[in-house]
Amino acid sequence: MSAPEAAPANGPRWALWLPLGFFTAFIALVLAGLFWPANKNVVSRFVGQPLPEFNLAAASDDRPGLARADFIGKPRLLNVFASWCVPCAVEAPQLAALKDAGVEIHGVAVRDHKPELAAFLARNGNPFARIGADNLSVVQVGIGSAGVPESFVIDGKGVIRHQHIGVITADDVPRLLTKLREAGQ
Amino acid sequence: MIAVIRRPGEGRDRWPRRRELASGLQRSRIKSGTTLLIALLALFFAAPAFADDTMPQAPLANRQLDDPRLEAKAHELMLTIRCLTCQSQSIADSDASMAGDLRNQIRTRIAAGEEPEAIRKWLVARYGDYISYSPQVTALTWPLFVLPALLLLIAALLLRRRFIKGGK
Repeated sequence: MSAPEAAPANGPRWALWLPLGFFTAFIALVLAGLFWPANKNVVSRFVGQPLPEFNLAAASDDRPGLARADFIGKPRLLNVFASWCVPCAVEAPQLAALKDAGVEIHGVAVRDHKPELAAFLARNGNPFARIGADNLSVVQVGIGSAGVPESFVIDGKGVIRHQHIGVITADDVPRLLTKLREAGQ
Repeated sequence: MIAVIRRPGEGRDRWPRRRELASGLQRSRIKSGTTLLIALLALFFAAPAFADDTMPQAPLANRQLDDPRLEAKAHELMLTIRCLTCQSQSIADSDASMAGDLRNQIRTRIAAGEEPEAIRKWLVARYGDYISYSPQVTALTWPLFVLPALLLLIAALLLRRRFIKGGK
């Protein structure tokens, strides 16, 4: 028997390199995904929408609870946090700086116990004017917040104007102040 | 033949053999081995660090609705809603507290007579399409639906040509 004949060349010679080209492109895609992973932050689609109606009980003994009506009048910061959230303690100095700059900050404490929250506030400071207890994550889900900590700039009409995902670092403070000023215009 | 050259301390010889362990020369190895063993044993007694809240679960997070028809409706929706804490799981699969709260909300709304697709729309309005595992045809996703049909059509045309040629 004779050896099987090579198939006649089909198409131009450069087509020979196509599979290698595809393979290289695939490897490049995998490497790109490895070294520059996709951003996993879930951005709220509720920015630009008015806050939903809510009325939360007080989460701490020395601050009143929080309702939608408490956001009417001037721009404020809504901080979604919890005492069990470690990064929330990291942003405490920045919240204090914002408070010192004249920002009124309302807290939404997600799934938190009073004693634990009190200890957290005693340890890290209490920059909040009001703190609502969001024990069933109703407000958190209602404004499209996917985790703690997150902060929202709310204008004087109760409309969400800006979302900050994650810890507020020292670099974020001027930007948030700008957003608050813009919300006041 | 290819000779395999292996230096001592390489490959399988890396771990001290029992005979060596017994010899006085290897005392330091025994010591580090014991430390490792103690460290490994200590892992069994380590208290897990609490990274989550200690709040009890929401009332309907893990309790099914009494009406099996409504529960089936709620469960079907939960299977296609992404958990935002464990982003590759559905809220039906996830044990994250936020997933529990979402299950509670969904069961409450279904029990109140809301339709699953209305709840999905409500969630998508807050978190975007990302929260839904049920793909919708949008300006961005339409190629995913059109391409398979197009490829099938092209394949059918190619096959038809080939069969007609073969028949000749």
